[in-house]
Amino acid sequence: MGPFLLAALVPLNHPDHYFQWHFLEISAANAIVIVLMVVTFIAALLLPFPGRRGRKGNP
Amino acid sequence: MSSQVDRQWTTRLRRRSFGRLPPEKMLPDTQPSYVASWIYVFGVATISALVVVIATGCVLAIFGPEWWHVSNIGHFVNSLHLWSVEIFFFCMVIHLWGKYFMAAWRGGRAMTWITGMVLFLASVVTALTGYVSQTNFDSQWISTQAKDAVNASGGGAFFNLLNPGQMLMWHIVLLPLVLVALVAAHVIMVRIKGVVPPFEDDSVAATRAADVESTGAPQ
Amino acid sequence: MSKNFRPDVDAPEWRGGHTPYDIIKEGVIALVVIGLLTVLLAVVFGSPDVPAITIKSWSNAAPIDFANTALSELNGTSLTASYGAPYNVQPSSASQALGPLKLEYWVGIHIPINTTNDFVVDPLRALPNQPVLDQNLAQWTGASKAQRATWVAHYTKAASGMKFIDGQVVVKTTTAGPVPVMINDLTQMARSGALDQALITGDSFYSTDYTESLLFISDGNYLGDVATKQHLQGNQWGVMNETGSYPGQAWLWLYTFWYQIPPFSTSGNGDILVLAVMILLTAGLTFMPFIPGLRAIPRKSRVYRVIWREHYRNQNTT
Repeated sequence: MGPFLLAALVPLNHPDHYFQWHFLEISAANAIVIVLMVVTFIAALLLPFPGRRGRKGNP
Repeated sequence: MSSQVDRQWTTRLRRRSFGRLPPEKMLPDTQPSYVASWIYVFGVATISALVVVIATGCVLAIFGPEWWHVSNIGHFVNSLHLWSVEIFFFCMVIHLWGKYFMAAWRGGRAMTWITGMVLFLASVVTALTGYVSQTNFDSQWISTQAKDAVNASGGGAFFNLLNPGQMLMWHIVLLPLVLVALVAAHVIMVRIKGVVPPFEDDSVAATRAADVESTGAPQ
Repeated sequence: MSKNFRPDVDAPEWRGGHTPYDIIKEGVIALVVIGLLTVLLAVVFGSPDVPAITIKSWSNAAPIDFANTALSELNGTSLTASYGAPYNVQPSSASQALGPLKLEYWVGIHIPINTTNDFVVDPLRALPNQPVLDQNLAQWTGASKAQRATWVAHYTKAASGMKFIDGQVVVKTTTAGPVPVMINDLTQMARSGALDQALITGDSFYSTDYTESLLFISDGNYLGDVATKQHLQGNQWGVMNETGSYPGQAWLWLYTFWYQIPPFSTSGNGDILVLAVMILLTAGLTFMPFIPGLRAIPRKSRVYRVIWREHYRNQNTT
């Protein structure tokens, strides 16, 4: 009686790829997450924010 | 009688609470025009992720801690719980980065910043208790390894990572209460104090400095 | 305006405009977006579930590792047996210390574990109808501490040649008293699954405490071997990792970073040292509003010019 596994479309149960540089080691999955965070942060700063109506504002 | 009513705990609490946070401030319909950047969505995104974490956690609680090992639907709910946690930390850290670069503690907002940091730490501990509650190999490994750090601080005598019953109760009762209370305090503080204004423009700051110099007033 | 305006502490009063803002709508949209994103990720990637190791699965897959671990529990050399607080009494040098602070040692024994009795003798005693085992256990119980130590030492010496033949643990020695029978029978007990049950900690029928089973399993090499394959060891930055190719706990990057470099990586007090450093850094970040210099970095970095560019543009045009 083993555990049922939901048939995920892209299951990630295989060993990951690891990036190594001297004593630094990071999994591909974590590297992707961190890169995405940085990209998202920069995008959030740079992308124009919609809604210019009334921006010059009602006091 | 009115002075007696005035002195009542209920009256004083109500006046104090609504005085500091009247309905228009709790649920505002305008915001300062400088709040115009996508970076501002990450606070509410973090809270939304927490709502999904708690909701999926409640579903897991309905059927118990072993359910997800033997049920396809249970495994899917576990997947929802895992990914909402990943999104939660993703959004929270970006929110932290944004608030840091805005120096959002300015203007009497230090406690907002501090409750945010405590929330981050509490979330990490909540995640740890969750990982050791999975009742699988991951729980076995994480608990037997992390116990050394907890023991080294003397905490292991009371907070036993190798006791899944204790860890699960911290994960689903004690720590969620702490998180929700801290989130409430954090959000209420933002509503009371308002979103931190921008730094003064360079020219304005220079004018201020020049004014001070010319009046000889101490800085 | 206050003449003592500190730009990194104080905020200018906002006298500018306001824009319409629908806070409830924003909250609902955020919830829907995050909810949909969660469902998408769960449908695409699922989640990992590597089954737990049992003492049964361990002892069947690696009986010699199990038997050697059982021996280390009996002769007091296992990690658990020599751990010190909170499990057992050892000299204070066994516990981690931060200079003069011996927090682990001072808090003391709160989860008492005697591996010889709790992991070996008592589980064996619980087996019913075992005349040969009972005889050997009686020999063990009736012997002096010194005699037991001699038997264990002889068995330990011969254990380097341990073999597993026809389902039996075989160690060539005739001067180890009851120890060969005890180790072999414990291995059989483990392989049957009975030891998993016997080690569930606590005296009542209901227990959710797996301290003893987990400590026993982690004393062997088998659990660690599975972890190594999954890149979960400390020196593999495993604290950040998840089984398979799933993202793990990226937020623990700085915590586990310290463990990779001396003195943390080489010191017996590594854990408490890392905790101390992380507490300091966390306190620094938490109390940033009160730390001059550090709290000025956001303003000096000028990232805010990007965040509030529209605001500054409007200011300059009015």
